[in-house]
Amino acid sequence: MSIIKTAVGRRSFLKSTTLTGGGMMLGFSWLASCQSKSEEEIMAMPKEWFEINSYLKIGDNGVVTIYTPNPEFGQNVRTSMPMLIAEELDVDWKRVIVEQAPYHPENFGFQFTGGSRGIMSRWEPLRMAGASARHMLREAAAQLWQVPVDEITTDGGLLHHVATGKTAGYGEFASAAANIPVPEEVKLKDVKDFKIIGKSQKNVDGKAIVKGDPLFGFDYHKEGMLIAMIEHPPAFGMTLKSIDDSAAKAMPGIRDVIAIKSYQDDFEKGGFDANAFPEIVAIVGNSTWEVMQAKKQLRIEWKEIESHTETINGFRGKETKNIPAGLESSADHRAQMQEVAGRHGKIVRKDGDPETAFRHAAKIIERSYSAPFLAHNSMEPLNAFAHVDGDKVHIAAAIQIPSLIIPAIASGLGIPPENIEMEIPRMGGGFGRKAYAHYVVEAALISQRVNAPVKLVYTREDDMTNGIYRPTYHATYRAALDENNNMIAFHVKAGGIPESPLFANRFPAGAIQNYLAEEWSIDSNISIGAFRAPRSNFMAGAEQSFLDEVAEAAGKDPIQFRLDMLKQAQENPVGERNDYDAERYAGVLELVREKSAWGQNQANVHRGVSAYFCHNTYAAHVLDLIMEAGKPVVQNVCCAIDCGIVVNPDAAINMTEGAITDGIGNAFYGELTFKDGVPEKKNFDKYRIIRMAEAPKNIDVHFVQNEINPTGMGEPPFPPIFGAIANAMYKATGERQYHQPFLGSKEVLG
Amino acid sequence: MANFNLNINGKEYTVEVDPSTPILWVLRDHLQLFGTKYGCGIAQCGSCTIHLGGIAMRSCILPVSQVGSQPVTTIEGLSENGDHPLQEAWLAHDVPQCGYCQSGQIMNAAALLSANPKPSDEEIESAMHGNICRCGTYTRIKAAIKTASASK
Repeated sequence: MSIIKTAVGRRSFLKSTTLTGGGMMLGFSWLASCQSKSEEEIMAMPKEWFEINSYLKIGDNGVVTIYTPNPEFGQNVRTSMPMLIAEELDVDWKRVIVEQAPYHPENFGFQFTGGSRGIMSRWEPLRMAGASARHMLREAAAQLWQVPVDEITTDGGLLHHVATGKTAGYGEFASAAANIPVPEEVKLKDVKDFKIIGKSQKNVDGKAIVKGDPLFGFDYHKEGMLIAMIEHPPAFGMTLKSIDDSAAKAMPGIRDVIAIKSYQDDFEKGGFDANAFPEIVAIVGNSTWEVMQAKKQLRIEWKEIESHTETINGFRGKETKNIPAGLESSADHRAQMQEVAGRHGKIVRKDGDPETAFRHAAKIIERSYSAPFLAHNSMEPLNAFAHVDGDKVHIAAAIQIPSLIIPAIASGLGIPPENIEMEIPRMGGGFGRKAYAHYVVEAALISQRVNAPVKLVYTREDDMTNGIYRPTYHATYRAALDENNNMIAFHVKAGGIPESPLFANRFPAGAIQNYLAEEWSIDSNISIGAFRAPRSNFMAGAEQSFLDEVAEAAGKDPIQFRLDMLKQAQENPVGERNDYDAERYAGVLELVREKSAWGQNQANVHRGVSAYFCHNTYAAHVLDLIMEAGKPVVQNVCCAIDCGIVVNPDAAINMTEGAITDGIGNAFYGELTFKDGVPEKKNFDKYRIIRMAEAPKNIDVHFVQNEINPTGMGEPPFPPIFGAIANAMYKATGERQYHQPFLGSKEVLG
Repeated sequence: MANFNLNINGKEYTVEVDPSTPILWVLRDHLQLFGTKYGCGIAQCGSCTIHLGGIAMRSCILPVSQVGSQPVTTIEGLSENGDHPLQEAWLAHDVPQCGYCQSGQIMNAAALLSANPKPSDEEIESAMHGNICRCGTYTRIKAAIKTASASK
């Protein structure tokens, strides 16, 4: 049992004035109406609620409402986070109602979705919220029953005092518990005593989703609201010059056409305020179709931007970026990357004497890899509801990190941040894109200008062409082998437009005596940002393809080759800043080797292996490919994951299946190119997304069993699948894959 | 603008809209039936799938003027209590991740099973080709369709 001081985040356990017993927080009624409740559940609704802390309230009949703090975009935290609270509260999961907390950092801490850090960051605080509430219930019972609190046990929402035979439901003591002081410290359960954590629990929103209930930001509706859309420049490197709105304004149902400037000149941008198009045109009307039609009648002149610099004050401190003028094209990008990759980069890490080792090598293998820009393409396009009513602001937006957009909204509107209320409806996907919430600023500015509640919606074309894209990347790897085929030196030089993807301290750093890592970047005016496992989503595929090729050149089994390197890193690590645990890394490789029956080859089944560590979790895949009339078909993916304790196993398997399928889709088809600044794909007719027939026929997921605190699942299984598919394609065709997308528009290989 | 009498999920509605308005936006903007989703607007993703006279249609490109008297079924009207065999199979397999495409997936699958109650894997893949799931839940969607098919 671990004893945890509640001081960290204890403020959020204090009863808040905004969440009083029986009352609902402002704006909750809409989300509450989205809860799907069976008749029995409605019948069982309590007459009175008692708020125990900001995360939970208990009804007089023992039903518990848990406010889940973080935004949901498909990673299933609306189920797994309440599970953490319910576990320590020791309540029957069937009697838990989950509601989405609104944006309220004092009550709910840092509410975010990203970096696969949700469960990891909430692991202790949410269990403490449950454990402290349980303690308060026990204390209340002890006082009434006149027995020592230590003698009171709990079980599935019941309080027991064995010696006197007394038993009561939580509901009976909810009122008294609400007045018990929050404990200074609480005891948390041992892993072996978990009843909810580690057992698969169904998605709490499953029923609402399959019934088509209005859960998503795009579904948000308020009586009297107007629909807004935006027109942004057709090309990166352009901005607004002038508008002729006469034809558009004359269209039926149109209320207004306005120019929007998203940032005040003195506004200091944060790390998630990326936005290539701060000056745009908004069109506002009565209905979506009317606005869509009128949008086509806008006559807008655009002009090229001037070169400038932009200072960003983000998590890494202040950084100044050069934004060049000009209309960029992918053909030029490729030529620029080739040229810069041929020069020396900035040395980020150097161990031993790589230059000498390469000079004395018996064999040198050098390969270059590249990948294009990618668009996120969440199924739900960007959208936000805003109602600016005088100096009060109400927002309901599909958004990953509410707190980080507040400064831009406040600055843009000239309204203090504390006057901004935000609901966090479900997101129809995000993949990083909805962390960059300029669209929320736009909605707020539009609402203020037209003085009405407004829902801003992006068309698919707007969403795809106003991207905060995954950058295009390039990496060159070199390995030196001695005459006994031992790898004696390793060199990686990686760069991209406009950022480098390099992680200099990741494997194989630490496993090789002579190691050199360099990076470079090329400025661009195309906006980029986080995309499911940023940078790792390229580096893993390149590195794992390269190691496969080196293992083959050394005449070694690709899994054993990696394990031998990890053994070196574990027993005799090189350098001091190695960002991985070699034992756990080897653990997933060993598990996938066993579960995939590695080494037992089947006729016409081509296997590729890959492993990676990022976002605090280890993942390894063995992918089985068959060729059908020249088309690669993924028969099976066997996956091993070490994310510590698995909170909700079936949901974690679902995440893994999705990451694998998403990764294969992006490896095969994912690509956004530019011509004179214009994105060459605007919708799903051209931008190819993996479809059912192309997805793996079977996916088999295994978790390393341990009691390490849980880490993330949204991103880690994604990056290594790029390497697994590339290595299997090599086995199938005899040709290595160096440049994504591996298939593009090709239907068959060879 | 013109008046259109529509039969949606067994109820009669009259809406006054431009005849070119896709039924998707009539459902969402005028009738506040939000289960049918906008994904692409060009019939490439399947999120907006409804049934028109029992046939799966992409509502984003179907003008209201072409609906006529044919009954429209949306996800809200697929079953009384969300207990269509596909909806139950979806829950049994805990299919959704973000969930946005799932009503379109279910409506498309329901039309498939109406026409072909026991589809093969290949027939499922072929029928579901027009429905994108960006989260990549295809293996579960297929499994759920097979479960629903077996339960019939």
